[in-house]
Amino acid sequence: MNTIPVEHSLLLAAMLFVIGLIGVLSRRNVILMLMSVEIMLNAAGMAFVVAGSRWVQPDGQVMFIFILSMAAAEVSVGLALILQMFHINKSIDTKSLGKLHD
Amino acid sequence: MIDYLWLVPALPFLGFLVLTFFGKKLTKNAISFVGAGSVGLAALLTIIIGIQFLLSPPDGNFFNQKLWTWMNVGGMSPSIAFHLDALSLIFIFVITFVGFLIHVYSTEYMREDEGFARFLSFMNLFVGSMLVLILADNLALMYLGWEGVGLCSFLLIGFWYKEPANAAAARKAFIVTRVGDTAMALGLFLLIVNFNTLNIQDILHTAPTQWTAGNSTAVWIAFLLLGGAVGKSAQLPLQTWLPDAMAGPSPVSALIHAATMVTAGVYLIARNHVLFELAPSAMSAVAIIGAATLLMAGFAAIVQNDIKRVLAYSTISQIGYMFLALGVGAWSAGIFHFMIHAFFKALLFLGAGAVIHALHHEQNMFKMGGLRKELPIVFWTFLAGSAALAALPLISAGFYSKDAILWYAWSSNKGSLILWAAAFFGAFVTSIYTFRMVFLTFWGKMKTHVHIHLGNAMQIPLIVLAVLSLLGGFIETPHSLGHITIFSSFLNPVLPEVQLNHGGEFTEIILQILTALTGFLGIYLAWHFWYKKPAMVYNFKQTGLGTGLYKLWLSGWAFDWVYDTLFVKPFIKLSQINKDDIVDQLNIGLAGLVNWLHSVIKKTQNGNIRWYATGIAIGLVITLTIVLFL
Repeated sequence: MNTIPVEHSLLLAAMLFVIGLIGVLSRRNVILMLMSVEIMLNAAGMAFVVAGSRWVQPDGQVMFIFILSMAAAEVSVGLALILQMFHINKSIDTKSLGKLHD
Repeated sequence: MIDYLWLVPALPFLGFLVLTFFGKKLTKNAISFVGAGSVGLAALLTIIIGIQFLLSPPDGNFFNQKLWTWMNVGGMSPSIAFHLDALSLIFIFVITFVGFLIHVYSTEYMREDEGFARFLSFMNLFVGSMLVLILADNLALMYLGWEGVGLCSFLLIGFWYKEPANAAAARKAFIVTRVGDTAMALGLFLLIVNFNTLNIQDILHTAPTQWTAGNSTAVWIAFLLLGGAVGKSAQLPLQTWLPDAMAGPSPVSALIHAATMVTAGVYLIARNHVLFELAPSAMSAVAIIGAATLLMAGFAAIVQNDIKRVLAYSTISQIGYMFLALGVGAWSAGIFHFMIHAFFKALLFLGAGAVIHALHHEQNMFKMGGLRKELPIVFWTFLAGSAALAALPLISAGFYSKDAILWYAWSSNKGSLILWAAAFFGAFVTSIYTFRMVFLTFWGKMKTHVHIHLGNAMQIPLIVLAVLSLLGGFIETPHSLGHITIFSSFLNPVLPEVQLNHGGEFTEIILQILTALTGFLGIYLAWHFWYKKPAMVYNFKQTGLGTGLYKLWLSGWAFDWVYDTLFVKPFIKLSQINKDDIVDQLNIGLAGLVNWLHSVIKKTQNGNIRWYATGIAIGLVITLTIVLFL
């Protein structure tokens, strides 16, 4: 059975992470930013799974389940916040949050 | 009665307290009664003590009364104690007696002033402080009185403080005398270091055993004490405050700036004469300062327009004579001139005050004139005072006191021809400016009408002082005129006799005749220039030389200008440079740096969420770089 070399998998994880990061940095729509954060989380989760498979340990998959549940919690909180933000600002553009400074 | 000596300074202090605390509630009559009465009682007591002192002199010709120990620090314990001897007796007599007359005069002169009670309370405080200065048996207590009279001088020059010029004059007097006082304080410290006591009699007895003449410590001490005397007595180079001090009411000028306080320097030198005898260079400095001052002030007096400024410069000049006498070792002649000067200069100031009062605050002599008929008593008494100031021979007391100084300036072993010539020429100038003042004020056309006629409270002191100015001289006369020496033999136990070097009775008579003639010449010149042909003076004033001299002398030889450029302006410049406290800049700079950093970092908090995320990302990259590659 052909195994995928661990470097490749990690490279994929890194690429996913960077894609997510660029998404967070470049998007102004809060929902899309939240989605990008999810991508980054999944990239991290993937790195754990790859590492678990490399050393034949279950810890990697355990960590992924943690990340998954944390992501679910985070999204629920995040969506609630976005709803509040839309209520107050009638917009989900991050620029409308600018008045929070100072 | 001599046991009640402490009452002499205590009575004026009591008057001061009463007037200060109850002055607002008392009627004007009660204020006059307390103010003049306290000094009057002190004068009466002084006279009784004086008579007792003369009739039955105490052991050693002095009386010491210790009230309590002031403080006890480091083995030195100055006490509140009074020392009465011939010298201090003469001074307290003049202070209380002339002071009383001036207080009586003030009760009419200042009666309508809203600060009447305040005025008399300050005057009482002054008399009390002055008596402490004179009677003190140690220099620490003397310094207390010395500063007390300085304070009263400040308060009374600035009595009409609503006028900014008066307040400025008061400050000037205080600050300029402070220069001298600082020197005097240093002298006292030197004395403490050397003797571990400030008791005057102890020092005077110990000093000759410890030092020989010309010892450098003695010279230092004498010069530092001289500094204090020069400041208080308005001698060169600290004389600039006295002409401005005329901003105070006329009785203040008469009491403080003519009769008593300004002669405190003379007293200081006479009191510590042993120290000065141990320092011959300081003695010559006293004589030279006196001679230079009397000439300088005499010329300045010739061109003044304000009658009180003429008298101020004349006071500086007459104290110059006293310094000259002290400097040549003619101690009792200096003290004699002090006493006579107190009589006639107080008289002249009170007379000038009466004229100013009658003319409704007109001080310019060129706007007076013809007052001979309008104010006959003031005229005759003023004439008596002027005769004494100009030292008219035989009939005036000023002749006897000034003639003695002139004679000793020549004949003393410390005297010289130059000192005599300066004093002689000064006497000539004195008679010119004195009678210029008399002719301008009382002769000629009347230019301002008399508003107020004077009451007895103002006229009686004038008459008493006029009598003293004329007759007071007969207690001390030269060889050629009876050789009465009541005054100098009375002072002899305290002050040594003058050591004569050259000149006999014949020279003395020649010099007296010369002095008398120049006195008359001065009067003739004053009559000629300011009464007969005023155009001559006016024309001379228009020429370049005349204008220059006029401006130079009017400003008192431009000393104010010199001090302004040398001290005041550089000081103001420095203050302006240092306005923001250069040293503080370090602390302020540190705070500024922190503030600046804060403002820079504050910019990163801009509320833009992507900016924050970028920050996190950059941080991540940097951390990873450090972890992986370094």
